[in-house]
Parts: sequence; structure tokens; C-alpha cells
Amino acid sequence: MSESSPQQPQLDFNTPQLIRHRKQRKFKDKFAEVSIGAGGISVIVAITLIFFYLLYEVAPLFAGAEAERIASYEVPAKEAGNTIFSGAEEKGEKAFRVTQQGQVIFFNTADGSIDSTIDLPIEDGVIIKSVATANPASRTFVLGLSNGSALVLKHSYKITYPDDQRKIEPYIEYPFGQEAMALDPAQEPLTEVSIALSDDALMIVGITASKALVAKRFEQEEDFLSGEMRLVPDDIVLPDLDVTASYIIAEPGMRFMFVGTSDGHIQVLDIKAPRENIINSTTKVGAADTTIVDMTLLLGGASILVSDNTGETSQWFMVRDQDNAYRLQQIRTFEPVGKTVNAADIEHRRKGFVLADEDGNVVFYNSTAHNTALRFNVGADVSKLTIAPRSNKLLLETADGQMQWWDIDNEHPEISFSALWGEVWYEGYEEPDYIWQSSAANNDFEPKYSLSPLAFGTLKAAFYAMLVATPLAICGALYTAYFMSPRLRRKVKPSIELMEALPTVILGFLAGLFFAPFMEENLPGVFSVLIITPLFILLFGFTWTNLPAKIRQLVPDGWDPILLIPVIIFGGWLSMALSPSIETAMFDGDMRQWLTNVAGIDFDQRNALVVGAAMGFAVIPTIFSITEDAVFSVPKHLTQGSLALGATQWQTMVRVILPTASPGIFSALMIGMGRAVGETMIVLMATGNTPIMDINIFEGMRTLSANIAVEMPESEVGSTHYRILFLAAFVLFLFTFVVNTLAEYVRQRLRGKYSVI
Amino acid sequence: MRVSVKKWFKDGDPWVWINAGAVAISMVMVFGLLFLIASRGLVHFWAHDVMQAEVEAKDGSRYTIVGELVETVEVSADQLRDAGYAIPDDLEHLDRKLIKMGNRDITGADFRWVLDRNISNRTYPEDIVVMERREWGNFYGFLNEVIEDDKVVAEGDSAWEALQGRLDRALDIYSQIHQIEKSEIGSINAGMERVRLKERKLELNNKLSEQAQLEIKEERAALDAEYEGLQAQLIELYSQINRDKVRVQSMDGTQITVDIAKIVNAYQPNAMSIGDKIIFYIAKLYEFVSDEPREANTEGGIFPAIFGTVLMVIMMSIIVTPFGVIAAVYLREYAHQGPMTRIIRIAVNNLAGVPSIVYGVFGLGFFIYFVGSGIDQAFFPEALPSPTFGTGGLLWASITLAILTLPVVIVATEEGLSRIPRSIREGSLALGATKAETLWRVILPMASPAMMTGVILAIARAAGEVAPLMLVGVVKLAPSLPLDGNYPYLHLDQKFMHLGFHIYDVGFQSPNVEAARPLVYATSFLLVAVIALLNLSAVSIRNRLREKYKALEM
Repeated sequence: MSESSPQQPQLDFNTPQLIRHRKQRKFKDKFAEVSIGAGGISVIVAITLIFFYLLYEVAPLFAGAEAERIASYEVPAKEAGNTIFSGAEEKGEKAFRVTQQGQVIFFNTADGSIDSTIDLPIEDGVIIKSVATANPASRTFVLGLSNGSALVLKHSYKITYPDDQRKIEPYIEYPFGQEAMALDPAQEPLTEVSIALSDDALMIVGITASKALVAKRFEQEEDFLSGEMRLVPDDIVLPDLDVTASYIIAEPGMRFMFVGTSDGHIQVLDIKAPRENIINSTTKVGAADTTIVDMTLLLGGASILVSDNTGETSQWFMVRDQDNAYRLQQIRTFEPVGKTVNAADIEHRRKGFVLADEDGNVVFYNSTAHNTALRFNVGADVSKLTIAPRSNKLLLETADGQMQWWDIDNEHPEISFSALWGEVWYEGYEEPDYIWQSSAANNDFEPKYSLSPLAFGTLKAAFYAMLVATPLAICGALYTAYFMSPRLRRKVKPSIELMEALPTVILGFLAGLFFAPFMEENLPGVFSVLIITPLFILLFGFTWTNLPAKIRQLVPDGWDPILLIPVIIFGGWLSMALSPSIETAMFDGDMRQWLTNVAGIDFDQRNALVVGAAMGFAVIPTIFSITEDAVFSVPKHLTQGSLALGATQWQTMVRVILPTASPGIFSALMIGMGRAVGETMIVLMATGNTPIMDINIFEGMRTLSANIAVEMPESEVGSTHYRILFLAAFVLFLFTFVVNTLAEYVRQRLRGKYSVI
Repeated sequence: MRVSVKKWFKDGDPWVWINAGAVAISMVMVFGLLFLIASRGLVHFWAHDVMQAEVEAKDGSRYTIVGELVETVEVSADQLRDAGYAIPDDLEHLDRKLIKMGNRDITGADFRWVLDRNISNRTYPEDIVVMERREWGNFYGFLNEVIEDDKVVAEGDSAWEALQGRLDRALDIYSQIHQIEKSEIGSINAGMERVRLKERKLELNNKLSEQAQLEIKEERAALDAEYEGLQAQLIELYSQINRDKVRVQSMDGTQITVDIAKIVNAYQPNAMSIGDKIIFYIAKLYEFVSDEPREANTEGGIFPAIFGTVLMVIMMSIIVTPFGVIAAVYLREYAHQGPMTRIIRIAVNNLAGVPSIVYGVFGLGFFIYFVGSGIDQAFFPEALPSPTFGTGGLLWASITLAILTLPVVIVATEEGLSRIPRSIREGSLALGATKAETLWRVILPMASPAMMTGVILAIARAAGEVAPLMLVGVVKLAPSLPLDGNYPYLHLDQKFMHLGFHIYDVGFQSPNVEAARPLVYATSFLLVAVIALLNLSAVSIRNRLREKYKALEM
């Protein structure tokens, strides 16, 4: 077409119309390329978003805490006297300090300007010698006065919204009256005081200047006529101790009292015990010359924190021993602040506390996680510190008469490696243990975030599932791929693969409501199936091989499984039919009871065996399908060569096919394992979902995935619990992703190998 | 030719037999499971004969029992002796029967276990009546009288005849009441809520003028008036429906009066012929798939669950199909085929193996708490603090499942694309078509069965998935369907019911698991049937596709 002659019809490809048409086509082509490219890439990005989003939710758990100074000012109303106690309002907008002379000064935390001043109803000349707080949520504290009496106060805030502006009016309440309660008949000053508060009772204990212990308990009673609350005093006589008491703490249960002595002992008094046993125990803190410099009750009132002159701080609580007696026990020691502890406060909503020393080191700790969440230096000798109720603000008073207002970003101090994976000695437990218990009804509950029992449960469920699935799936796949007649194979393969599509909720339902009770009834039968069925198969196989050829040839090669179906059904039926007899003969008529009573094995109806069977069922098709593919695609000339050299079918299978296909089988097992690990509904329905760590096949478990399904809907957004559930999801994601990638890699290499052979 | 045991083992034949056995066991398990579900689920709708018999109790006293036989199990005599039964020493095992005797309001339990040997005088009287009620479950017993306005109008044999017409009348009125309460009052409530939100929105924007207030007041008044009218109708209908009662006698002779309004269905199973029973069976089956659940989901139908599942799956396919296909086309046709593409391909493939609960967590965190709350702040501030899209719902469930099934569609479509011979593409390009034209006119039509396969597999997976849905919007009982006659008709923010979750909920969270069990089996059967059908059709499409390209390659 290079030369054009005038005879040939002229084709003008460059008419304006055609040019336009070409342009349009070109534009469309470009447009398609760009939009498909953009669409495709964005879909792929969207998928990877899952990974990054999970990471984004998990990351704050491991991000360190931070502190930032917002303001610094002179102590408000400095002339009113030294601070003996300070506190803050819920949001940290207002704070107050109590002076030794009995004045409460409320001030704005942002700039230190005074909001209001309240004079406490204390007699003239009486000063405050000591202070102690009750449970932080009650905002109640007690003042020990120089005349031997004690006054209970509560700092409260009225919040109004005039003109849509938030306005806070602080005031002081006197929950038990404005009159101070006389504690010491001798009217000596109370150098130490402590308060325990419950719904219907109040206990105040103290140490007088002459080192005597005083205590008083009040029952709250409602007056029938007026409905007012009335306090009914109930004196507690404490013994004269042979030690010099310098610190005292009463726990909210109003049973134990912890007395710190000047020579570094902690003496526990059990006031509910008989008179002669009132001294429960005496324990030495640290080395011989160690003395106590501070004692504080941790949130919840179960643990005490003891700081000593070496700068160490340790946590102690009462532990029940084998004789059912409570003994004080040192649980853990925290990293030292620096010098000896100068000031301390506890967090209001979690098991954390903050300590400071004269060098200006301020350290946040968490007791459960046994970690140091945050450490910073304020550059001045800290004499007092107060954590705001939300633990996001910190008020410091320094020895040079300044106040500092800090912003604290410490969202997840309860997370540490040991808290997630290690054994932790939780309050109220007899020994360190792995426990998952994320929530409870009360506020001062110690959350137990050990992922170990969940990870263990996940692996246990997967293990039993693989135990059931692996032999069935692999043996079945070997037969289907190598021995089975092609016609039968075309039927068998899709029907086993159909199992894969079966909703797991149905398997879980059948496992929980049909198989679990069935197994409980026929426990011996379930185990005898494992012996009887293979035996029957072998017996039948041997008999069949020895039948006259005429009969054998009725069934073509590779149809043996069809012959075996009735055999298996009969074997299964026979086992179940024999079950009651076996039970009567060997297990006294009830295997379940026999297991518990004689063998000492706990038995749950919904147990690992049920899960193993049901989840094994779910995993069989996955393993079967991939193994079958791997075996089937072993090049035929390999097997034919082997057979031609005189090997039997089975020898070819074991010596030629298995080694060649083994990477494929391995990857099948990996993918099956991945599926078993992540399966949710079956474990949710077929186990009791108790997070226990026990390999016992007759007990249940709780898996990571089931735990997410159970707890995620109730979890508070952004809380530590919420993020830990995300962490569990992230772990599942990574685990299955890595396992599957590995399997896929192995499979691709195998494919390459086949193409070479 | 005889084969000795030794030789047999030496050849390795036993292992072959064991392998064959594994296949056979797997087959027995698959079909046994399907058979179990089918048999337990389908017999539920059959009108079983009701037995009347005398039973000897543990203490030797005798009582009459009326009920359906549910199952028989064998128990060891020792266990029974421990439980205090007097059993002769020579017996080792006994049959124990579970009898459904209904009448929960009288006896406190629907079921009772009775030892077979203690049952005597079994009869099947033709006049035993089974009544399905709206509360307290089934009633089994005898019909004594039919009462109209406190006057007995029929007694004895004629009572059954009299009941039929009155029951039909009551059901008719009931459906009218239902129509008014659900649909018409429901639409008024929706209108009221709309007016409230409108008012709140104006208030938030400081545009609530006198004029607007007046309009809102008028709208409210109109809705109120409409409501009053319906209320009057309802009162009238209620007084009509409560006209008739029946007096019935239970197995222990207790006589109770039952409002006909509370009866859903009454029949005399022992008097029914096989033909009657088949008709009854079909009617029950229809009721099961078309009715709403009753009595905390343990009775009645599962229509809302079917509807919710189907709607969710349809929405999911609408979302997943274009994205999946575009991603596959990009990966196979446009992207540079290098190691990066290979890695992406493996990653996409592996996402199909990531546990579904992880997608649920992602959906809850990202879509509901992050995107959903954002949407609420931006577009529905008037409804706050009650969330609109900031809580689980149809939309988020569909999107979450779309992401879950995306790998399935991508992989299937890619496979289809890779099976199209190169020659076809090159032929098209050689004829002058652009790449886009080739794709649109040649390749996509040829790959369409593969896409279909992908979408069908995705649907089958989505229909059976429960774990992620529990986090993103499924509830045990939704007050209304997510698609109805109230503006905006399709309620994307509404929670919905789902077959799989229904199984979990009724089977495990229900107060009366024993009574609900047959229903759960029936629901399972329905779900399995749908999913098996979807999968088989996907397989057959795939096979046809393979055949087609085999021809092309030649």
C-alpha cells in the first residue's frame, strides 16, 4: 500500500470525522488505562489499610507516656500557711489545698488564681496534724487534728451551664457532720490518721503523739422517722504494741490494719480475730537497718505501697496460705525513684501511683504491669503531689513555694510484656498466675490482661483440630489423587470441597448441641470408634483381597471407598451400640463420673475433643484440597518409571510421590493450621469459653478469636481493653498472613520444580 | 489366588486400604452431616401423631400424659438406680423417651423424659387438639366448649367445627391489627421521628423561627390526628378479636380458657389423613419461610432473617463486584508483571485466609467508630447522641463483608483472565482495536463466567459468615425490615437479622433451647441448602468455562 495510483479508490483516513473518532478512541483508551490503574491500586491500598488500621489502633499501647508542664505559679494564698493536703476536681480545672491552720483554698489550675476560700469548722488554736484519703472515688478525706479528734470532709463541685458556659462551683461537704469526732480520749495530737469507708460503716484510726493507736468505728443507720443517716459509734480497743508505730493504714474491708514502725517493720492487726490473736504478723521491710519513709494504700484497698529509706518502693498484700490464714506478703519491688521518696499519690481509676523525690524526679508506676510508665524531672524538690482523677494532670508543690501544673499523657500504663505474657501475682490470688479477666462490676477492679491463656487456648483448639483433620485429610487426598478412579474422583473432590463452604456456625451449632451431649452419653463409644473402624477397614480389605477374582472384578479398580462406606457405618454403629456395655464393664456405668472420680480428670460437656472434631471437620477440606492438588500434579512419568522398575503401588507412593509432593503437603497443613487458629464460631459455640490453661482434652478453652467476638461489643472505645482486643486481632492477622505466605511460597517453588522435572 | 497376611503387609496394601478408608470416612461425615441436618430440620413441620398414655412415676403413682414423641435414648440402668428409680436387677439398659407435652402455662415445662417401660395404655384418640399459641407454646389436649361473649355456643363434637370459622375470623382480624400496628402506625412513628429531627436540626442551626415552629406543630398535629384515627380502629378491632374463647382440657384434667385471638393454628393430628398431613406440611413450610418469629424466636418463621441475609448479600455483591473486577483487570492486564505484582498477588490471595473475625474488628473500629461517627457529626448532628451511622448497621455489614470477599472475587476473575489465550488478545489488537476496546469487547465478555463464579463464591461465603457480623450490625430481633415503605425506604443505618446469627442466637442464647432446636435445624438446613446450591452452581460454571477455553486453545 506504499504507492498509490490514481486508479485505486482513495481512502482518506484523515477526514475531520475520522481524526475526531481516533482522538476519541485514544482518549477512551487512555482514560480506561488511568481509571483502571487508579481503581486497581486504590483497591489494593484499601486492602492493606486493614493492616495499617489495626497497627494504628494497637500502637498507642506501646507508645511511651509523656509529660508536659502547662503552668507554674506561686502557691496560691501562700500566706495562709503550709499545704497539708491537696486535691483536684474531675476534669482538673480546679484544685484545692488545705492549710495546716484549717483553710481550704480552691484555685484555678491554669493560672493559680484563687477561686474561693473556705474556713473549716475547727476550734481556734487547733491545727491539722495529719491527713488521709478514703477510696479516691468517694472524694472523702479525713483530717487528724491536734486535739485528738478527726474531721471527715468531702470536696465537691457543682457544675452549671449558665449561658452555655461550663461553670464549676467548688464547695466542701461534711458527710458525717461538721463536728470533729473525738478519737483520743487523752486529746493528744493525731500524728497519723487513716480512714476506711464502706456503704454502711466508717472507721477512723490514728496514732497519737505518744505513739498510741486509737481507732473508732461507726455504723451508719437510717433513722426510721426522719430518714436521716445517723452514726452509731463502736469503740475498738487496740492493744499496746511493743513497737513504736509511725504509720497506720486501715483497709476498706475494716478487718486488717497495717502499722508501720520506726524500725522498719510492718505489723498487721486483725481486728476481727479473737483478742489474743489480734496481731496477725510482723514483717521486716528490707535489710536490718531499713526504715519506712512512706506507706500508702493502693486503689481498691488491697495492696499497700511501702517506700523505705533506701529509695525502694514495694507492693504488699495479704495472701491466703494453705491453712486458710492471711499473711502479709511482699509482691514486687519497683524501680527506685532516685533518692528517698518525698511525695506520693495513687491514681484514681487504675492500679497506678506516682512518686517523687527531692531531686525533682517524678515517676509514674503501674503495679499490675510492674513497670515504670513515665519518668521525668521537674527541676525542684517536690514536697507534695496530686494526680487529677482522670490521671491526665499532675499538680506539684515544690519546697521553694511554687506550684507546677503538668499535663500527663499516660493512656496505657497497664501494658508491659510481663502483664501480657508473664505470670502476674494479682491482688487476692494465692500465687502468680496467667489470668484473663478484663472487666468486673466494680471500679477499683484489677484488670487481668494476660494473653497467655488465650493464645494457649487458640493453639490447643488448633492442635486438636489438626489431630483430627491431618490423618483423614492427607490419607484421603493421597488415595483420591493417586489410587481413585477418575470418574469417582470427579464426584468425590467437589463434595469434600463443599464441606469447606459449609458455614461454620452450623458446624458449631451441631458440635455444641448435638455432638457434645452425644459424646457425653457415648464416651466409650467415641473412643472405641478409633480402634474398631480401622480394624474393620483392614479386615474387610484383607477379606476382599482374598475373595475370588470373579467377585473382586465386579468392582472396578479405585472404587474401594464405596465398598468401605457400609463397613464404616457398621463400625460406627457397632461402637455406639457397644458403648453402654463398655461403660458398664469398665467404667462403673458412667465414664464421665469415672473420669472425675477415679481418674481425677475434669470433664466439661463442651470440651477440646468436641472442638477438635468440629473444627477438624472444617479444616479437612482445606488440607484435602491442597494436598490432593499437590499429589495429583506429581509428573506421571515419575510414578510410571517407579512402577515399571517393579515397585508396588504403595512403594511408589511412599518413595516417589510423598517426597516430591511433601512441600505441597506441608503448605496444606500450614494453611489448614491458619484456618483452625482463626476460626471463631465453632469455638464460640462448642466450648465453655473459659480462659483456662489446661491441656486436658476434656476441658474447654477460650481462643483469641472467640474472645474478640465475646468482648469486643462491650469494650469501651480507646480503652486499654479495646486496644488489647485489637492487638489480639492483629496477632491473628499477622499469624495467618505469615503462615499463608510461607505456604504459598513453598507451593510456588514446588510448581517451579515440577515444571523442571 | 490367596494372599498371605505377610505378603499383604509387605506390599503395603493395608495402607492403601486405610487411605481408602479415610476417603470413605470423609464422605460418610459430609453426607451424614447433611443428612442429619436435613432429617432433623425437615421432620419438624410434619404433623406428628399425639399419644395419650399412662405413665407410672418414680413414686409409683400414675398419671396421664399427652404429647408427641421426640426422641428415644438408651440409658444405663445404674444411672437410673442412682436417680432413685426402681429397676429390676437383670436390666442393664433402658429406653428413655422424650415427650413434648406442651402446656407450658400449666406444667411449667414443655418436655418430659419418661422411661419407656413405665408407659402403658398408649392410645391415639382422634379428638386430641394441638393448638399453636402466640404465647406459652403449644397446647395439647381436648376441646370442650367454644364460648362467645361468655356464652357457650358449641360443646363436644360440634365445638371443633365451631372453632374453625371463629379461628379464621380471628386470624383475619389479627392480620388487620398487625397491618395497622406494624405498617401504618410504624409509618406515623417514622414521620414523628422525622419531624423531631427536623426541629432539632433547625434548632442546632439557630433557624427555628416562629414560622418553622408553626409548620412543625401542624405536621405533628396531622400525624397525631392520623394516629388517633388508627387508635380508634385498633380498639374496635381488639374488642372484636377478643369475642371468642375456647375451653380446653389438658392431660391432667385441668380446664383452661384460651382466647381464640391467641391461637395461631389448631389441628387434630390423629384425625388427619396422609394427604391432609402433606398439605399441612407444605403450609407449615411456607409459614416457616414467610412468617415472622414468635416467642423470642423459638416459634414461627424466619422471614426477617432470610430477608436481612439476602439484602445484605445483594448490597455486598453490588459493592464487591466492580472493585474486585477492576483490581483483577489491573493486576492481570495493566500492571507491569514483575516481582511486585507477584507479591501483591500472593498478598491478596492470603487475605482470603485471614480470620473473618479480624475483618469484623476492622469494620467495627474503622467503619463504625471512625467513619460512622464522623458521618454522624457531619450529617446527622440532630440525632445525636443516639448514633445513626456510628453504630452497626446494614451498610457497614455489607462493606465489611465486601472487603472480606474481595480476595475471592479478585482471585476468581484473575484466573478467568489468565485462561484467555494470548492469541485472542493479539488478534483483537492486530485488527486495530485499542487496549480498552479489546478489554471491553473481547476479554471481559469472555471472562464474565469467571467473574460470575467469583461473585457466587463471594455470596456463598458472605451468606455463611457470622463472626464479623456479630460486631458490625446483626441483632437477634430487628423491630422492622431494613427495606420498607417509609422514607428513605432502604434503611442503610438499620440493624438487621441474619440466618447464621439466628442459628447461633436461638441455639445458644435462647431461654428454651429444647423447644427451639427443631427450628434451628430447619434454619440450618435452609442455609446449607442455599450455600450448597450457590457453590455447586459456581463449580458448574467454572467447569463449563474450562471446557470452553479448551476448545479455544486448539
